[in-house]
Amino acid sequence: MSVLLNVENLSTHFRTYRGLVKAVDGISYYINEREIVGLVGESGCGKSVSQLSVMQLIPTPPGEIVDGKVVFDGQDLLKFRAKGAEMRSIRGAKIAIIFQEPMTSLNPVLTICRQLTETLELHLNMDKQAARERAIELLGLVGIPEARNRIDDYPHQFSGGMRQRVMVAMALSCNPKILISDEPTTALDVTTQAQILELMKEMVMRFNASLVIVTHNLGLVARYVERIYVMYAGRIVESGTSKDIFGTPRHPYTIGLLKCVPRLDESQDRKLVPIDGIPPSLINMRPTCAFLPRCQYHTERCKRENWPGLRHLEGQHYVACYVETQEGHEASAR
Amino acid sequence: MSGFIIRRLIQTVFVLILVTLIVFIVMRFLPGDPILLYLSEDQVRNFTPQQIAEVRHRFGLDNPIMVQYVDWIHGISHGDLGISMSYRIPVWEEVSRRVPITFYLGSIAFVASIIIGIPMGLVAAVRRGKWSDTVATLLANLGITVPVFWLGILMIYLFGLHLRWLPTFGYTSPIDNFWLSARQAIMPVICLSVFAIASSARQTRSAMLEVIQQDYIRTAWAKGLKEQVIIFRHALKNGLIPVVTLKGISLRNIFGGSVLVETVFNVPGMGRLAVDAMMSRDYAIVQGVILIIAVVVCLANLIVDISYGWLDPRIRYG
Amino acid sequence: MAMEETVDGGVDVGAMEMPPRHSEFQRFCSVFFSRWLVIVGLVITVAAILLAVCAPIMSPYDPNKQDLEQRLSQPSREHMLGTDALGRDTLSRIIYGSRASLMVAVGALFVATLIGVVMGLIAGYFGGIVYMFIMRFIDALMAFPPILLALVIAGLLGGGLTNIVLALGVGLIPSFARLMCAQVLSVKENDYVMAAHAMGASNQRIMLLHIVPNSFPPLIVQVSLWVGFAILAEAGLSFLGVGIQPPTAAWGAMVNDGYKYLLTNPVLSFAPGGAIMLVVFGFNMIGDGLRDALDPRLRGKL
Repeated sequence: MSVLLNVENLSTHFRTYRGLVKAVDGISYYINEREIVGLVGESGCGKSVSQLSVMQLIPTPPGEIVDGKVVFDGQDLLKFRAKGAEMRSIRGAKIAIIFQEPMTSLNPVLTICRQLTETLELHLNMDKQAARERAIELLGLVGIPEARNRIDDYPHQFSGGMRQRVMVAMALSCNPKILISDEPTTALDVTTQAQILELMKEMVMRFNASLVIVTHNLGLVARYVERIYVMYAGRIVESGTSKDIFGTPRHPYTIGLLKCVPRLDESQDRKLVPIDGIPPSLINMRPTCAFLPRCQYHTERCKRENWPGLRHLEGQHYVACYVETQEGHEASAR
Repeated sequence: MSGFIIRRLIQTVFVLILVTLIVFIVMRFLPGDPILLYLSEDQVRNFTPQQIAEVRHRFGLDNPIMVQYVDWIHGISHGDLGISMSYRIPVWEEVSRRVPITFYLGSIAFVASIIIGIPMGLVAAVRRGKWSDTVATLLANLGITVPVFWLGILMIYLFGLHLRWLPTFGYTSPIDNFWLSARQAIMPVICLSVFAIASSARQTRSAMLEVIQQDYIRTAWAKGLKEQVIIFRHALKNGLIPVVTLKGISLRNIFGGSVLVETVFNVPGMGRLAVDAMMSRDYAIVQGVILIIAVVVCLANLIVDISYGWLDPRIRYG
Repeated sequence: MAMEETVDGGVDVGAMEMPPRHSEFQRFCSVFFSRWLVIVGLVITVAAILLAVCAPIMSPYDPNKQDLEQRLSQPSREHMLGTDALGRDTLSRIIYGSRASLMVAVGALFVATLIGVVMGLIAGYFGGIVYMFIMRFIDALMAFPPILLALVIAGLLGGGLTNIVLALGVGLIPSFARLMCAQVLSVKENDYVMAAHAMGASNQRIMLLHIVPNSFPPLIVQVSLWVGFAILAEAGLSFLGVGIQPPTAAWGAMVNDGYKYLLTNPVLSFAPGGAIMLVVFGFNMIGDGLRDALDPRLRGKL
């Protein structure tokens, strides 16, 4: 499997009237072909901003991508102008993103047909008729019943779950290599959540694409992802395969997250343990580990030294933590 | 959609009834003898009490209020708005002579607010923070601050008296002498249009700024569409909806402006008529003018609402 | 200072540096004063109010004092803006004219807000037929151009300050009634209103204690945005000869008086018109600034 997207040291800052917010602070990750990757973290940890940065969709007066390389197809995307033709030919065509709010992410005054065909006509140079047929096909693929009758309807005539399916169809319409799904299920009920995820998995397999699932719900992605990156306060604190993360989590934050997720193989009496404290403000952060105030396993070293940076453990498992492996082992067993 | 139209129609009928009530109450109930609606002040002063009582009876002013109202409505529906004291002719005749003139000037101002004001606001919103936004916004802000009668006087001073480019007052029908009519109309039309263009630009700018921040615009960017396409296909249609709904009020404001503009430039339109009639206490005319203006505005609002309903698919397709 | 450990082994968060807490007021100020135009507007407005209040001190001459020897004189060191047809000092009349403009504008807005808020409150709160009647009445009232309506009402009532204030106020009612009604409709749905009901609060209590205070920000913005228009309307009315009666100085009337002497003494018309424009501009800028600063959607954002 070859590397499709390689992100190195990406940093995105926002200027607010309260100070500089380092929403993304030097993260590096990669996506292989035909892979499903999870990007996990709490609200405000920078996971959505990182994906928007890759697509150069950051609003530039307050925001700015200050550092990093995003290598896709041999080119550094960040070298292109945000509104330039090169970047536009990537967006929607090679890398597509599905946003989390199906209710507001579709234009209320344009038909579904128009919103589907415009990418087909733009990126694939299809003519109107062909594009329309393909749009109907896509709607059918994502599970919209009676696609031919509904193609000319408006977004408000669809339910939330169906709109999310339409978004999936729109994103996949030009056969992108990478599909990014930002909080795919937050706005939906539980049953629909499962359906949408199944749909996305099925679609990317069919289209031979890679999928990046950005979410705060670790339990949700367990079934689908092969590799996981855990983010906290704008940085990646742990990364590895599904097995690594779920089986032997090393970072106290990951451990904490997993403790919040109910498991079937545990006693029903075990209490769900939330993580104490609140996520840190991203303004004027200290150079020490951002998780320190909430960390149960911290040592003197953590208080003295700067944030550890990702260290290699074994295989594909990396963790940004000073706490020794032994302790981590015990921690995950607690 | 048809349900929407029917509802709006019924509402408009109701509003029209209330409009007539307001006019009736204002003209009859405010201090001042309602006899003045039918007689001039001189006549009131000079008539004997008997004559006045006779007039009172002839015009039904000794009837109960409700009956007076119904009679009046009945008269209106047959085009009888009363007799003007100053002009000695039926109100309707004088007013209908003036309507095309105000309409002529006012419609140019209205169209200008659309073809100049909206693009101005659009540019300001899309190029937010840049030089073109600053200029457009400043111009729009100035446009709503300038007193329209003062602008008229300024223009008369500059273009009429000093530079002698344009005639300082008067009106000629375009049918009679197109070139003279155009030259006479330039300054009044500009004065009338300034406020309309400026407020149209401001409304468009703020509506578009609102739209540009919406999620579906972000989706459009994420699909790799060109900025032009995003603005004109995705943003504009959404942004125009609130602007269109305000067009009825814009018309009302143009009527209000014409009261002042026509006075300054001595244009024989409806606004001027209202002022003159008020000054000469010719209340029958005043009653007729405000009634007609209000009715026109109501109908305009109805048309505006229906077009808004048609533009917005959420209303069209329920 | 050593970091204290709390019972569960976590670190005392208080020992960590937190970003400074900004109060609502600080945030309001930083947004409001961020645009220089708004600051300019504030300066102009304050100056105008000061002029109106301190007119007797600030104005060089008695605005009504006629000096027929000096009629229609050009601007000079003695009379900075010249004199009018009756020899009255233009500058003094402009300073005093600010009183008329501001009093009428404020008065009319007060009337409009009072009546409009009550109407909107009742319509929004009780809904149903009440809502329908009031809203249609507002629609009907809105069909009349405010200047024309004020012209007619003031003309019928007679001139003078109170009548003008009332006449103009009536024309301005609709926008406040609508705003208040919309506010009520949105606030009404909140849970705390339901809670108050459940605790047996009377309708009036709910309206006064809960709904009205929450509506202040948009109301304030609305008022500030309409002051400019009210001043323009007053000027238009006095230009037409309705409203503030002579010999009291009023800017619009001054423009009208000066119209006859446009060729020889243009200052007589230009100066008061310029004053109108300046003050309206000041209030409009404040209105824009207030709207940006009080916009709930901009709260907590950049």
